[in-house]
Amino acid sequence: MTHPPYLSPGYRSTILRAPARPPVAFRTDPDAIELTGPVFGHHEVGSLDADLTRQHAGEPLGERISVTGRILDSAGKPIRGTLVELWQANAAGRYAHERDQHPAPLDPNFTGAGRCLTDEDGRYRFVTIKPGAYPWRNHHNAWRPAHLHFSVFGRAFTERLVTQMYFPGDPLMPFDPILQSIPDEAARQRLVSAFSMELTEPEWSLGYSFDIVLGRTPTESS
Amino acid sequence: MNPTPSQTVGPFFSHALPYPHDWELVPAGHAGAIMLTGRVLDGAGEPVPDALLELWLGRTGDRGALLRGDGEVSGFGRCATAPDGSFRFRTVRPEGAYLSLQVFARGLLRSLLTRVYLEDRPDPLLDGLEPERRGTLIATGSGDRYRFDVRLQGDGETVFLDF
Repeated sequence: MTHPPYLSPGYRSTILRAPARPPVAFRTDPDAIELTGPVFGHHEVGSLDADLTRQHAGEPLGERISVTGRILDSAGKPIRGTLVELWQANAAGRYAHERDQHPAPLDPNFTGAGRCLTDEDGRYRFVTIKPGAYPWRNHHNAWRPAHLHFSVFGRAFTERLVTQMYFPGDPLMPFDPILQSIPDEAARQRLVSAFSMELTEPEWSLGYSFDIVLGRTPTESS
Repeated sequence: MNPTPSQTVGPFFSHALPYPHDWELVPAGHAGAIMLTGRVLDGAGEPVPDALLELWLGRTGDRGALLRGDGEVSGFGRCATAPDGSFRFRTVRPEGAYLSLQVFARGLLRSLLTRVYLEDRPDPLLDGLEPERRGTLIATGSGDRYRFDVRLQGDGETVFLDF
C-alpha cells in the first residue's frame, strides 16, 4: 500500500478527522470532470518564484540547497507544465505563519514559499535553504524531521498530490508518526530525497534530487 | 512506477498556498455568478479552521488557473477555511451537474475528493449511493446562493470518492 491510511492514531489529528466510511469506489464515466485538471501558463508564475533565497532584500540564514526532480506519471512519462508548489520552515525550524508558536527566530529574509512549472522533461528545480527540525505537540518530546512540503497538480484532479520530502540520514525519521503513517518501508523511502554531489555546486550549494510519481488516473488503460 | 505516497498538508500552509482572489473564480457582479459557502466539520462536529479547499469546474477557463482577469472566468479556485471552519467560493454554475471539491487539512494524511451537486437529479454516482448518504453531496439553496458543509467523520459524513 502506497498511501497512509486516513486513520493513523499515532498522528493524533487524524482521530477526529479521518472519515469513518471508506471512500466510495466510483467507476466513472469518461466525461467525469475529475479526469481533467487545471492548466497553468508560464505567465502565471514569476521567474523568481522558484528561488526562495531571493525573495527579500537580504539572504536567508541557513544551508543553501537546490532541490530538483521530475514529476512523472505511473508509466514513467514526464508531466510537463504542471504546477509544483513548495513550502517549508526556516533554518531554525520556524514557519512564517502566525500560528506557529515554536520559540525559534523568524528570519526576515525568508518566507519559505515557492512555485514553478515543470519543463519539457517534467523537471522542477528550487533553490532554498535546508529547513530545521521543530517540535510539535503530538506527544511528549515530539519533533518533526526536516522536511519540505510539496504540492503537485498533474494532469487530472484525481492525480492531485500533497506530500513531504525528507532528507537522507535524518535521525528523527523513525520517530515521526506522519512519515511512519505510511505502512510500507519501501514507500516511506520514496519520500526521502537523495543527496547528489553532481547537483552540488562548488562554493555555493548542496544538491538534492527528489522525483515524484503520480498515481494512475482511471482513464489510463489498466 | 510506484507512486509517491501522500502526506498531510499540515497546519502551516497559509503563507504559501493562498494567492490573491483565489476563492473568486469570477469577479463580483459577473453574470450568472453564484456564491457557494459552507463549513468543514470534524467528527465531534467542531469546525476545522485549518483546511484548504480546492474547487474545480472541469475547464481551466479564459485564463490560467491562478491569474484573475477582468471579467474572466477561471475554472479553479482555492479557499483556506476561516477560524470558524467556513469557506466561500464565487463561481459560475458548472456545465454539468456538479463541481469537484478537494479537501486538504492537518490530520488528513491524504486529500479527500468529493462532489457538490447544486440540485438533486438522476446521476450515476448519486444513484449508486445508499439513500441516506445521497444528500451529503447536494448543496442546499437556490438562485445565486448555495451552501455545502463538509463533514469529515461521523453523523452525516460526506461521501468521499475513490476513483
